[in-house]
Amino acid sequence: MTEIASGPVASTLGGPALAGALEWAARRAEGLVIPLAALIVGMALFSIFIMLLGKSPAQLFDLMWRGGFGSWFSVQNTLSRAAPLLLAALCVALPARLGLVVIGGEGAIVLGGVAAAAMAVLVQGAPALIGVILMGIAGAVAGGVWIGAVGALRHYRAVNETISSLLMAYIAIALMNHLVEGPLRDPASLNKPSTHPMDPAFVVGAVPGMDVHWGLVAGIIACVISWILIEKTRWGFAARIAGGNVRAAQVQGLAVGPLIVGFCALAGAFAGLAGMIEVAAVQGNANASLASGYGYTGILVAFLARHNPLAIIPVAILLGGIDASGGLLQRRMDLPDATVQVLQGMIFIVILFSETFYGRLRVFNPDLWKRPA
Amino acid sequence: MLNGREKKAVGVETIGMTMRFGAFTALDDVSLKVPAGSFHALLGENGAGKSTLVKCMMGFYRATSGDMLVEGREVKIASPKDASALGLGMVYQHFTLVQSLTSAENLVISREGVPRVIDWRKERADLARFMETMPFELPLDVPVSTLAAGEKQKLEIVKQLYLGRSFLVLDEPTSVLTPGEAQEVLGFVRAMTVAGDVTVLMISHKFPEVKAFADDFTVLRKGKVTGTGRVAEHDRKVMAAMMIGDQPIATLDSRAPVTRDARPVLTVRTLKAPDRTGLKTIEIQDLSVRSGEIVGIAGISGNGQKEFLEVLAGQRQRDAGEVLVKGAPYRASRVEAQTLNVRFIPEEPLRNACAPKMTVAENMSFRNFDLDTSGKPVNWINGRVIKAFAAGLVEQFKVKTASLSSPIESLSGGNVQRAVLARELTGDVDLLIVSNPCFGLDFSAVAEIRARIMEARNAGAAVLLMSEDLDELLELSDRIFVMSDGALVYETPIAMASVQTIGEHMAGHH
Repeated sequence: MTEIASGPVASTLGGPALAGALEWAARRAEGLVIPLAALIVGMALFSIFIMLLGKSPAQLFDLMWRGGFGSWFSVQNTLSRAAPLLLAALCVALPARLGLVVIGGEGAIVLGGVAAAAMAVLVQGAPALIGVILMGIAGAVAGGVWIGAVGALRHYRAVNETISSLLMAYIAIALMNHLVEGPLRDPASLNKPSTHPMDPAFVVGAVPGMDVHWGLVAGIIACVISWILIEKTRWGFAARIAGGNVRAAQVQGLAVGPLIVGFCALAGAFAGLAGMIEVAAVQGNANASLASGYGYTGILVAFLARHNPLAIIPVAILLGGIDASGGLLQRRMDLPDATVQVLQGMIFIVILFSETFYGRLRVFNPDLWKRPA
Repeated sequence: MLNGREKKAVGVETIGMTMRFGAFTALDDVSLKVPAGSFHALLGENGAGKSTLVKCMMGFYRATSGDMLVEGREVKIASPKDASALGLGMVYQHFTLVQSLTSAENLVISREGVPRVIDWRKERADLARFMETMPFELPLDVPVSTLAAGEKQKLEIVKQLYLGRSFLVLDEPTSVLTPGEAQEVLGFVRAMTVAGDVTVLMISHKFPEVKAFADDFTVLRKGKVTGTGRVAEHDRKVMAAMMIGDQPIATLDSRAPVTRDARPVLTVRTLKAPDRTGLKTIEIQDLSVRSGEIVGIAGISGNGQKEFLEVLAGQRQRDAGEVLVKGAPYRASRVEAQTLNVRFIPEEPLRNACAPKMTVAENMSFRNFDLDTSGKPVNWINGRVIKAFAAGLVEQFKVKTASLSSPIESLSGGNVQRAVLARELTGDVDLLIVSNPCFGLDFSAVAEIRARIMEARNAGAAVLLMSEDLDELLELSDRIFVMSDGALVYETPIAMASVQTIGEHMAGHH
């Protein structure tokens, strides 16, 4: 009943070259069209919500476009917000390729920021480049240990990684609050407890010609490196096997435990780096503003990008734009500031629902083009 | 409810049954006649349309065209409910009993219209009376989970009779039974048909049981009836030809003799490991498999075979003992498997040996994606090399796939197994560990896969074959062990092997 074709490979789909190209295009298009359609459906649902509030969806989307992408100023604002999202999304996407749903990137961001700020104080006066690199390492190590631990708990102790990563994010935030209000507090920070301001030499500046800091470039490079790691190296291939079927990976003698811990640690390191960039490029020290939800928006970015690191780049920019327009919506349309979160939530639900369509739509599935005979 | 027992067997007939799914014709003008009180075997390869036919008869599918007669009268069966109202019932290949309930509870809850408050005293009395009409006893008051497979299968059949069915479809009823149990269950069914209590249509792959128990048979191939007749008047070869048509069937290489001084490749000594429950221990005292021989391990599933395999594959910790391959301690790491040429083919390959959503090409490269052609480790993956490698294997092992980029889950079971065999049997193989390689596959795929295993053996591989299919073990093995309760309890060279004795050891009667 499930025999697919009776001839040798490729002979079943007509002329091999054209058929091959068609097949390739169909398989690729699936991963593009379904999330896009989900995005549109999510926005349509959101329009209904806006209409229920008695506002005009057309005006809303117009403002959203202008707030996110309508001017050079808003584009720069969008890109600045996209920078941490790139790294936060990798913290979800990399474990996801191994079949793990890690949603606690926020914890790694927060701890990465605190570690970087502490390092900045420790190496005050060091040459600028060295200082920045040490801060980056501190942030990456802190985040890597945190999410690496989630992976280890999962593999060696069968602790559900979704729950543990979320709970560990709460612990991380509590730990940060303790540190910035206690041992690491700058006594001069009165209203908002913070760590000591870092050496101004360590500030990560803007990319020349833009008002966007280097974190954007770091995020894009991290995405490209992650893509190469997954698609082109033996470790990435092994991770995909383990993600596709752990038993198959074990039968092949692959070291599943180290793979899981390694990928989780790398994912956490990227999130930790996002925290370091928040400190070094935006805040100047570590304080409660580090827990501003990038880790959670990163989950949405990763799912919309189907955990493909290259797709994360445009998706992060899109979500950065939506985020950037939030202020404008609030001011011009008198909408509550949680409105943008409602939109994100609706898109996320539709995205999760759209997962059920993969492989089912005939137009994208060459295996269904030729019915068994 | 029990008046069902007074009904006698009914005859069932299909006329010109046709079933189309889109452009695909699963059943093409199938007419089948099962007279009241007869035992009819329905034969055919996987995908021949047997289950489609049965599902049409039972009301799970609505046939595109065609009629169905019960006792000579035309009936419309629009749903399984209609089928049961007419006294038609089905016993599935896998058990549908609730494990934690007793036999009596399973019987009572299977009834339609069970009262909200069950009067157990009355039900028990009714059941006792009902069981008196059965030719054997079944323990009614123990949880089903404590019953042996044969007892469970009997209970499934009894359940159908209890529900008042007078026509039963049995879907490969013996696939989970030992030979002894199979004989007993089918003997019981046979006796009931002879007594005129019930009519039986049995789907089967196994010729010996068809020969021994059925009156008539019908063969389906590609949705069409290719033969029908009295079992007594046709031999096995004729029926097989009807099943597979004129397509060539792989034949086994003749068995090269095992040289007396063949070196042992796999040696297992005083191995101890916990079983799935953690309460019992798997103990393999001494097992060695020599180059160029197939050592078969028989046993009813759940007697520790799975755990033993998991230990060999490095998926399960061992408490004690050693596993040596060519004299070197073996822990099933990737490097060890690659340097010692150890290959592992677990049962249900899609579930245990493939990543279902990855492509056919990627799946076929699992064993050597990290090696270059000279066997040195490489760090970079080249998609084109992987595809070219897979294309060669697909050709050589005749894997039927729409494309190398199709997800492997889109292939049929036989083709998934061919792909896995292609992956594991290329290059030098010194030790091959296989588990139930032909489970659920059709006739021609089975023949081909067994031929490949025999070929590997003749080329000098040591083969450890675990199987629940005794026929398979008898066909392939040079020596057979029986595993029962976590230990190897019996060993026999193939020349002295008797189904009777092996079956008794499987059932733990020694």
